[in-house]
Amino acid sequence: MTKMTNINHHLTDELIMGYSAGKLPEAIDLLIATHISMCDDCRAAMESYDALGGALLEDDTLITDIADMDDGSLAATLALIGEQKVSTTKPVISDVPAPLAGYIGGSLSDVRWRPVGMGVRQAILQTEGDAVARLLHIPAGVAIPHHSHGGLELTLVLKGAFTDEDGHFGPGDVEIADENTDHTPVADLSEDCYCLAVTDASLKFKSLLPKLIQPFVRI
Amino acid sequence: MEPDQQHWIDCIRRIRDDKDQSAFIDLFRHFAPRVKAFLMRGGTDAALAEETTQEVMATLWNKAHLFDPTRASVATWIFTIARNRKIDAIRKQRRPEPEDIGWGPEAEPDQEDVLSLQQDTARLNEAIKTLPDKQRVLIEHAYFGDLSHSEIAEKTGLPLGTIKSRIRLALERLRHSMA
Repeated sequence: MTKMTNINHHLTDELIMGYSAGKLPEAIDLLIATHISMCDDCRAAMESYDALGGALLEDDTLITDIADMDDGSLAATLALIGEQKVSTTKPVISDVPAPLAGYIGGSLSDVRWRPVGMGVRQAILQTEGDAVARLLHIPAGVAIPHHSHGGLELTLVLKGAFTDEDGHFGPGDVEIADENTDHTPVADLSEDCYCLAVTDASLKFKSLLPKLIQPFVRI
Repeated sequence: MEPDQQHWIDCIRRIRDDKDQSAFIDLFRHFAPRVKAFLMRGGTDAALAEETTQEVMATLWNKAHLFDPTRASVATWIFTIARNRKIDAIRKQRRPEPEDIGWGPEAEPDQEDVLSLQQDTARLNEAIKTLPDKQRVLIEHAYFGDLSHSEIAEKTGLPLGTIKSRIRLALERLRHSMA
């Protein structure tokens, strides 16, 4: 899987910051990690937000209540060093980026699809938390029926492309839709379109939505 | 004044090259209480925060060879380890990570790159100190606190753009050298 060069629709700063801070549901983390695997721009932004986390860890005015470690903590940690298993993840050979390949156990052809009508197929991925991640296979030229959302919907194109009221989305592009978006995505005629779509209808994430429009640290 | 960034980089190197316990103890004294505070801020009880912090610090030893001082400060690296451990052990959730693009640390990283990153980091640390209290609290909350209480804030003007440009350039160089 190589980096895409023509990505026009990126993650918002709000989402990248949420990923860096470790605050998002697993399904959204998965979509973000997959996009970043394809997009150096968002990768650089993520590492910058990690730097902000590091700076906070060093800031004494913020960590005003530095916690004391227990007695014997250092000795216990030194003992732990030898016992700790250092995980090594074997890369899966796949036609999708590594983080996603781990969830489908290989390539798009290994996915256990279920038909959802109009020739469109989907597969729900196993994730913890409130958001739901699904893979979508939209045959060339097919439209997903007009729909709106109860909450947030992020759609990352893995292969092929689609067009809707918000524009044209190719490999690596992310469409961010909310409850006010009413759209009809149509797959390009030239090839089938594969997407990773994440929905989060929970109230908890809804309250985050206004911030998607106005992130408080923009870079 | 706290030990400078170069000191922490040297400590990681001494762990990597010589399994130097005194270097580890230095790092532990400085960072372990901060990591524990970070975890407790997020609502983790003291016992679990203590246990998780020990795991984070042990990971630091075991992964010392993966630290790249041209890409992250030691504090940033520890933050990412702590964050991942928190998601894994406390939130019981998997943490999908971006695909590794094979730019591990070079045997001898370019000292100029290391210095540039230190300067960026120092600027960022300074900028956080000079933020108005309200904004500082919001940022702290976004990273260390509970999401549900966040609110909208204005742009803060933190110098993250320079860090982003530098990493972006390094990525371009890497892509070029791999082409």
